[in-house]
Amino acid sequence: MDILTLFVVVPVLTVIALFFAKDLKQSRLISVVGMTVQLGMAINLVFAYFKERASNTDIMVFTRDLEWFKTFNIHYNIGVDGISVALILLTSIVVLAGVFISWKMEDLPKEFFISLIVLASGVFGFFISIDLFTMFVFYEIAVIPMYLLIGIWGSGPREYSAMKLTLMLMGASAILLVGILGIYFNSNADGGPLTFNILQIGQVNIPEAAQNLFFPLTFIGFATLGAMFPFHTWSPDGHASAPTAVSMLHAGVLMKLGGYGVFRVAMFLLPVGAQNWSTFFIILSVIGVVYGALAAIKQTDLKYINAYSSVSHLGMVLFALLMLNKTAWNGAILQSLSHGFMTALFFALIGMIYGRTHTRDAYKMGGLLKTMPFISIIYVIAGLASLGLPGMSGFVAEMNIFAGAFQHPDTFHRVVSILTVSAIVITAVYILRIVGVMLMGPIKDPHFEHLPKETWYERVGIYLLMIPILGIGIAPLWLSNMIMDSIQPFIERLQ
Amino acid sequence: MRHEIVLLVLILMLLVFEIFTKTEQKKSLIYLALGLFAIHTISGFFQSTDGVLFGGSYRTNELIHFFKNILNVGVLIILLQSVDWLEKVAHYNKLPEFFILLFSSLIGMYFMISSGDFLMFYIGLELSTLPLVALVAYNSADIKGNEAAIKLILSAALASAISLFGMTFIYATGGSIFFESIATQLTVSPLAILGLIFFFSGVAFKISLAPFHFWTADVYEGAPIGITSYLSVISKGAAIFILMTILFKVLPVLSVQWKDIVWGVAVLTMFVGNLFALRQNNMKRYLAFSSIAQAGFILMGIINAEQLGASTVIFFVMVYIFSNLGAFGVVQAISNATGKENMDDYTGLYRTNPMLSLVMLLSLFSLAGIPPVAGFFGKFFLYTAAAQKGYYLLVFLAVINVTISLYYYLLPVRAMFLRKSDDAIPYFKSPVFMRIGLLLAIAGIFVLGLYSPVYNYIEELSKLL
Repeated sequence: MDILTLFVVVPVLTVIALFFAKDLKQSRLISVVGMTVQLGMAINLVFAYFKERASNTDIMVFTRDLEWFKTFNIHYNIGVDGISVALILLTSIVVLAGVFISWKMEDLPKEFFISLIVLASGVFGFFISIDLFTMFVFYEIAVIPMYLLIGIWGSGPREYSAMKLTLMLMGASAILLVGILGIYFNSNADGGPLTFNILQIGQVNIPEAAQNLFFPLTFIGFATLGAMFPFHTWSPDGHASAPTAVSMLHAGVLMKLGGYGVFRVAMFLLPVGAQNWSTFFIILSVIGVVYGALAAIKQTDLKYINAYSSVSHLGMVLFALLMLNKTAWNGAILQSLSHGFMTALFFALIGMIYGRTHTRDAYKMGGLLKTMPFISIIYVIAGLASLGLPGMSGFVAEMNIFAGAFQHPDTFHRVVSILTVSAIVITAVYILRIVGVMLMGPIKDPHFEHLPKETWYERVGIYLLMIPILGIGIAPLWLSNMIMDSIQPFIERLQ
Repeated sequence: MRHEIVLLVLILMLLVFEIFTKTEQKKSLIYLALGLFAIHTISGFFQSTDGVLFGGSYRTNELIHFFKNILNVGVLIILLQSVDWLEKVAHYNKLPEFFILLFSSLIGMYFMISSGDFLMFYIGLELSTLPLVALVAYNSADIKGNEAAIKLILSAALASAISLFGMTFIYATGGSIFFESIATQLTVSPLAILGLIFFFSGVAFKISLAPFHFWTADVYEGAPIGITSYLSVISKGAAIFILMTILFKVLPVLSVQWKDIVWGVAVLTMFVGNLFALRQNNMKRYLAFSSIAQAGFILMGIINAEQLGASTVIFFVMVYIFSNLGAFGVVQAISNATGKENMDDYTGLYRTNPMLSLVMLLSLFSLAGIPPVAGFFGKFFLYTAAAQKGYYLLVFLAVINVTISLYYYLLPVRAMFLRKSDDAIPYFKSPVFMRIGLLLAIAGIFVLGLYSPVYNYIEELSKLL
């Protein structure tokens, strides 16, 4: 079995093993073992990728092509480039951290871990696919377990949030499906056979009329998962109701599918459509960036703050992708990665705080630094990463995005770039204010004076997410190189 | 012809056995009938010869043979799921009638899909419908069942009269009742178009396409669940197959006209089915509207009008049979054990009956078109069939409908999985036949989607349509 298929096979085996688990202890043990293997494979994949890349100049490496449905030319076709390798690494880390954070999942533990890992297998499958059909199948497999995860184990208006999230995302995927069919039936524009293979369609010049018609469908289909304004409304409700590990996985990983899909499918296959539509979607993404940041200021619920902050940060990813140049795209991928680790860390911390104080209202807490020093300090670090402090992953990403954005000399791009930069200032406002209100100052509630210390499994989860944040911030070059090489063929399509 | 003959022999055997069985032992007839039908189903998979009988009225080829096999498997699953109900509810003195009527109806379907002219088609249509009416009212003490039977017979009579009317028009313009001659002799004329419309409306009753769907929900609700399953999958599947054959092969001259009709009816059917399903509480009514909507999706394959369309339709019918039987099977299992048929009663079911809930979940996901179960592949191929001919607007409306349908397909999931209830249906052990029936349905749902040779085989066969 090849190195990439294992990324789907291991989660599936873990799920099968979980069916025979009897209680929480067995379920979490199986999940930890399965996902640790997965992380090991991901790390191994990074080294294998560098080794392979030295001798192999194809767009995708480790490719494998098996025919699935002959009539439609559907293949199980997989391969990775630097970007997918990086995202696979992100996913395996976040999933493992999520399993550790859910160590005490008392209610229906087996089913919880099964849903979580089914979701993960969909994400892994999505990142390794280079066939549109296979990719779409995995996309839906990744989305649908959310309904159960939020609906069963969530809090607050969980049924409403779960249904809203599922309907919006599946509705988006339905629109995406029309886009994919449009691409498929135009993939013979240069006389070749109809195909779902992304690399083959990448060689074809689809007629401009078709590109203009199908680009917005494909873009909206993916970008809804990336919380693009005005299709972002599922995200705050969904995150607020979801249990901790699910918020982590969702904000950390699942939402990255959106940006990745826009980059890999919409922009690569429909480059002319991307150029024609870029102005319209830039406006939407800028609104998302600024609106998300402003909305985060108004919130007092920690989860809502992070959910809106995700809307803002991921709006920046879409903004960067729409800049259509190499520097900005590099920034977009870095931002995806950095946001993935950082938000997962945030949600993990919020879960830990909530588990101790039983409130998520930042203004009801105070002086947590004195009672929960470890958690509070990590919270500050995550906050600093979020507002883009140099030395952390967020800075590298945002630097690249704005450097790319300012390469456009025209007034429109200047204005939107400046607006987007202003969002960083707003980010600083809500992050620092929460840090001030919640962590500093006097202890507002006597109940908070003696809170339980963090446990070993919580520490493991936190460290798993902390290391990459600092790693990317301090030594971004190896990652940057990996991504830059892989962006090259995609940027060439646009010129 | 083997299918028809074997099934006829089976019916006669049951009649004879009934005479020689004591009243106390009538129950054994259930297992006898089940066993014999299982043998019939398996024997269907052996190689058959193509051929034509009665001067072209009856024809068979590998594809028709295969489709009859699909129907057999469906009926076998229905029988497996009904064993428990037959043992409990049925009046023992009427037991053989249940099987005899069911098998007669199935023979009717065989003749209908094998028909080579309109006469045989009409005989098959009637033979398949009339026994069903008796079966709907099988529990003669049940007022709802009787009401449903009256509704069914009246609308079926009207429908067959209308389609007969349409056939006479087609005969008048085409000069023949034989499909092959009509295909060559028919020309576009107002009379022929009128004939097409009448004929289509008649068959649309059978498939319960909007606006000819009004009988569906009431009949499904009143009939015994086994018969409801039969109506919703077997009867519908056979009618779709023959409709497709006639539209593709007999009336290609009118394809411009019938494509317009199919387009409109497809959109209307999807919207009507989905919007009415949103507010149902009775599971049988709920699945009735769901099956109306599914029929709308199937029309997307028919509009393709070529081999790709045919193969996607046949594949989807197969997927639909298994998915729907999974869902109906769970409804029946719960109804047999507790007599409850409403969605509200399912609240908290997962915590008491996890396996049944899981089967229901997978079946509903398949109906909703969520991977990795087969419904996703079936629907995707139907979209592809429509998009291939440039019907992007139709596909777009269909995906909107899929999103609407997802809402109500998640409602039972919400009741079963998300909610807790103190008076949830307590744990019960399903009888062994029911479990086999559900297992077959679920196995079908998984195998059809992920194992592509099945589709490739259908694709190969559909050249014969």
